[in-house]
Amino acid sequence: MPAAGVVTIIAVVLIVLALVYYLVSTIVALRQITAGLDDAIRGVKGIIEKSAPVEEVVKDINGNLDAGVDLLEGLLVKKAGLVDAVGLVEGLYPGAAAEGLRNFPESKTVTPPRISEVYTKGTLTLARLGREAPIAAASPSGPVLRNVEGGSLAARSLYPENRQSRPEKLPRSPVIGTGAPVQYPPSEQRGGTTPDEAEIREKGPWSETAAEGIVPRDLGGSDAPREMLAEDPELGSPALGQTTGSEEPATESGIDPSAGDEADATSDAGPESPEGAEPDLKDAAAGPRQVDADSADTRNDT
Amino acid sequence: MTLWWIGNALLLLVVLPVVVYLLKGVLDAARSIEPSVRRIADSADAGSKDLDAVPLLLTTRDQVRQTVEVVANYGGSLDVIVDDAS
Repeated sequence: MPAAGVVTIIAVVLIVLALVYYLVSTIVALRQITAGLDDAIRGVKGIIEKSAPVEEVVKDINGNLDAGVDLLEGLLVKKAGLVDAVGLVEGLYPGAAAEGLRNFPESKTVTPPRISEVYTKGTLTLARLGREAPIAAASPSGPVLRNVEGGSLAARSLYPENRQSRPEKLPRSPVIGTGAPVQYPPSEQRGGTTPDEAEIREKGPWSETAAEGIVPRDLGGSDAPREMLAEDPELGSPALGQTTGSEEPATESGIDPSAGDEADATSDAGPESPEGAEPDLKDAAAGPRQVDADSADTRNDT
Repeated sequence: MTLWWIGNALLLLVVLPVVVYLLKGVLDAARSIEPSVRRIADSADAGSKDLDAVPLLLTTRDQVRQTVEVVANYGGSLDVIVDDAS
């Protein structure tokens, strides 16, 4: 075989080897790609299956939310009016008024009142509950928003009238003294409670004196008619005081009656001195100071 | 004979390099696809796992429905209690 033929064969063999190597490598790579695509398709199928009910559920959710928004918008506009409603929305969500209310296209042209510049969000929330709130409403006495006193009084109007009205007459606070709802005639009581029949039986006939009174009303007791009493205006004054009509102690600890039985004026009165100390009598025999004597003489002269 | 040698030279110096170049290009392209396919498969798996929470939408739907019902009842009561603007 000539040398050229050998070279030709070698060249063809080399070309075939190159074709085999690269084509086999390409086949391997394509198979790996196929396996990867199978995995990807499996994942995509999972996505499709899992996301299938999403549209229906989300549409249902959006429908419910739309109904809620429609309801709240309608209620707000119905109760506060379109202008105030836009102002409230602008106050709570600055910039939202430009978009307007969804079901009220004309709200886009409304200039929102500057409610939020003065009132807090809490007030706005209260205001949303009713038209009684005077905010953003034209006041015949001028703008109330900058008037502290007017604004304070107006805050009461946030509540319905039947809530803010006071009861016609509340019971008065004092329950003892001249304002006590139950009055005990002085002629029937001089202190403590008025003894009833059971107490009189228990304590004896002497206790009836308290029930009968020391000076009966008909004989000019302190609760007798004014014309029967002496010319003493203080008798009719509240200085006489009233009994409480109750034995309940006025203080939390009450009164210890045994303390009075054991009291001794010679030992309990006066300042407490140290044991065995002599009384301080150094000034007992001293005369008046010279300045005091001079002052007394001057007064006598005038 | 001379033409044979020329043919051999063409085979070795032109045809073989061109064949190798083209086949290498195909192989490189095929191999470059494989990582991309792997990434797609991984992304699909991750997306599928993310959608495992989709059934919770049913709970959300029920709660939204209940919330709107409460709001409707509340609004109805307010409509009765509070006077209208006009």
